[in-house]
Amino acid sequence: MLISKTAPRKTLFWKIARHLAAIVAIVLLGGLLSATLVRLAPGFDSDERELDPGLSAESVRALRQSRAGEHNILRYYSGYLRAAWHGDLGTSHALGQPVQSLLRERWPVTLRVAGVGLLLAWLLALLLAFTACLWRVPVYEMMGITLSGAFLCIPAAVLALLSVILNAPGYLAIALIVFPKIYRYSRSLLAKAYELPHITAARARGLGEMRVLARHVLPVAGPQMIALAGVTVSIALGASIPIEALCGLPGIGQLAWQAALSRDLPLLVNLTVLVTLVTLLANSGADVMNYVLQPRDV
Amino acid sequence: MNLARKLACVVVVFVCAVSLAANWLAPVGYAKQFREAPGAPPSHEHWLGTDEVGRDRFARVLYGTRISLLLAPAAALVSTLLAALVGGLAGYLGGIWLRLARGFTDLFLSLPWLFLLITVRAVLPLNVSPLTSVLITFLILGLLGWAAAARVLSTSADALRNSDFVLQARASGLHGPRLFLIHVLPNLKPVLYAQFWISIPVFILSEANLGILGLGVAEPLPSWGSLLRELEGLMSFREEPWRLVPLVLLIVVMTSFQMLLSKEEVTA
Repeated sequence: MLISKTAPRKTLFWKIARHLAAIVAIVLLGGLLSATLVRLAPGFDSDERELDPGLSAESVRALRQSRAGEHNILRYYSGYLRAAWHGDLGTSHALGQPVQSLLRERWPVTLRVAGVGLLLAWLLALLLAFTACLWRVPVYEMMGITLSGAFLCIPAAVLALLSVILNAPGYLAIALIVFPKIYRYSRSLLAKAYELPHITAARARGLGEMRVLARHVLPVAGPQMIALAGVTVSIALGASIPIEALCGLPGIGQLAWQAALSRDLPLLVNLTVLVTLVTLLANSGADVMNYVLQPRDV
Repeated sequence: MNLARKLACVVVVFVCAVSLAANWLAPVGYAKQFREAPGAPPSHEHWLGTDEVGRDRFARVLYGTRISLLLAPAAALVSTLLAALVGGLAGYLGGIWLRLARGFTDLFLSLPWLFLLITVRAVLPLNVSPLTSVLITFLILGLLGWAAAARVLSTSADALRNSDFVLQARASGLHGPRLFLIHVLPNLKPVLYAQFWISIPVFILSEANLGILGLGVAEPLPSWGSLLRELEGLMSFREEPWRLVPLVLLIVVMTSFQMLLSKEEVTA
């Protein structure tokens, strides 16, 4: 792939700045949206702890007082942003721990599981897609399509259950969820690239298959594959919920599931903001990388 | 229509028809408990055995299939209509409306689907009647699943707005809702159909995920999600293979939808 030496730095700076501004705006809006949803949820005012007969009237009053700030959405959200600016992300109602420490504890697990899963999925998908394009054996292509089609039909939660039954690691389940999307998209991109006239001409002139792939096919299909890499981060993060919840992995996905079941407002808002941020950063990173790697006329 | 697609069509129609005939094929119902036979293997009385509380698994599979297969298209209809309203209108109006709609859809699409689903499901009451839980689950799917379709529709409507025949209609004095209803909307139909068909398998899988996580359809009502939850206690495939029937059925139906879909996607 051609690495541009002439990518105008000023344009690149503005591109990154635009992406960052969009990320900040979307994250703020997403957080406000989720805070609004949770605030409007039925039963928002109730707290299970108030039902504890061992609590005195004063303790119940203190409990209600502690939640009073959450009643006005805008006040709650502006308070949250102010505190977040100083590094305080609030306390989880259900787990009774600071959200920041929960995220610090859980994030590395998700990062490892989703990261290894993504890596495996990309390796498997690209290997199958490239070899299918190089060999062009119908049976082999059919095998790839059937395999990816089968995994597309299985819910992520079922793959998690199957990995528990088969004693398989959680990252393998993530890999199998992400693999069909990468395989189908990259296979179609490569097939389209191979149909281009200049690539047919290069092959007809006797250029080696690997050389055709590296010098002519990849520069055509590469940008869209990089964009797909950003999207797969979002898919892997989404899949981490059932995988971590059912495989007993203490990551962000399991935390989101626990927060959903116990309707934990501060935790849900923080997780929403965090996941949105990671997804947007991955997509923007892919976009900027595409821009940097784009070949330009000198 | 090629042979594979015909076969897929037959499978979907057959499964739908059998699930609709659940009242006749499984008159015991999905909730009746045979307390003398909990966790029984397949027999003449119970073709797929009974679950842990003694309910006939065959009846539950039929009723569960009916719920998932009928309500997923209903949710798809809601999401397609919303997408047409947001994406179609924004694309037709163009300018600031199009930018606003795209920003809003981007916001929705930037959240991983399952994260968004469980967050919204969590803000609604979890201890509700089974019927309400069915409505909540599929309504959430319908109300949240419009963003990707709206993105596609806004692009198509935007292209139509600048097309020659719409310009000519405008020059002839046709404006506003009339122009949208007569010239734009009919030309968006193929995209709308495609988005509708694409949404169905997505919603079936999403319901299954929610059900397994305990955030979907509430007991005793069955759905594919709650039926698949039974796999949680399975120690090995050889132990009780009949418990895999809902999974096999789901895979067969989903594969059939995939085979039917490709044409819709191509048309779009």
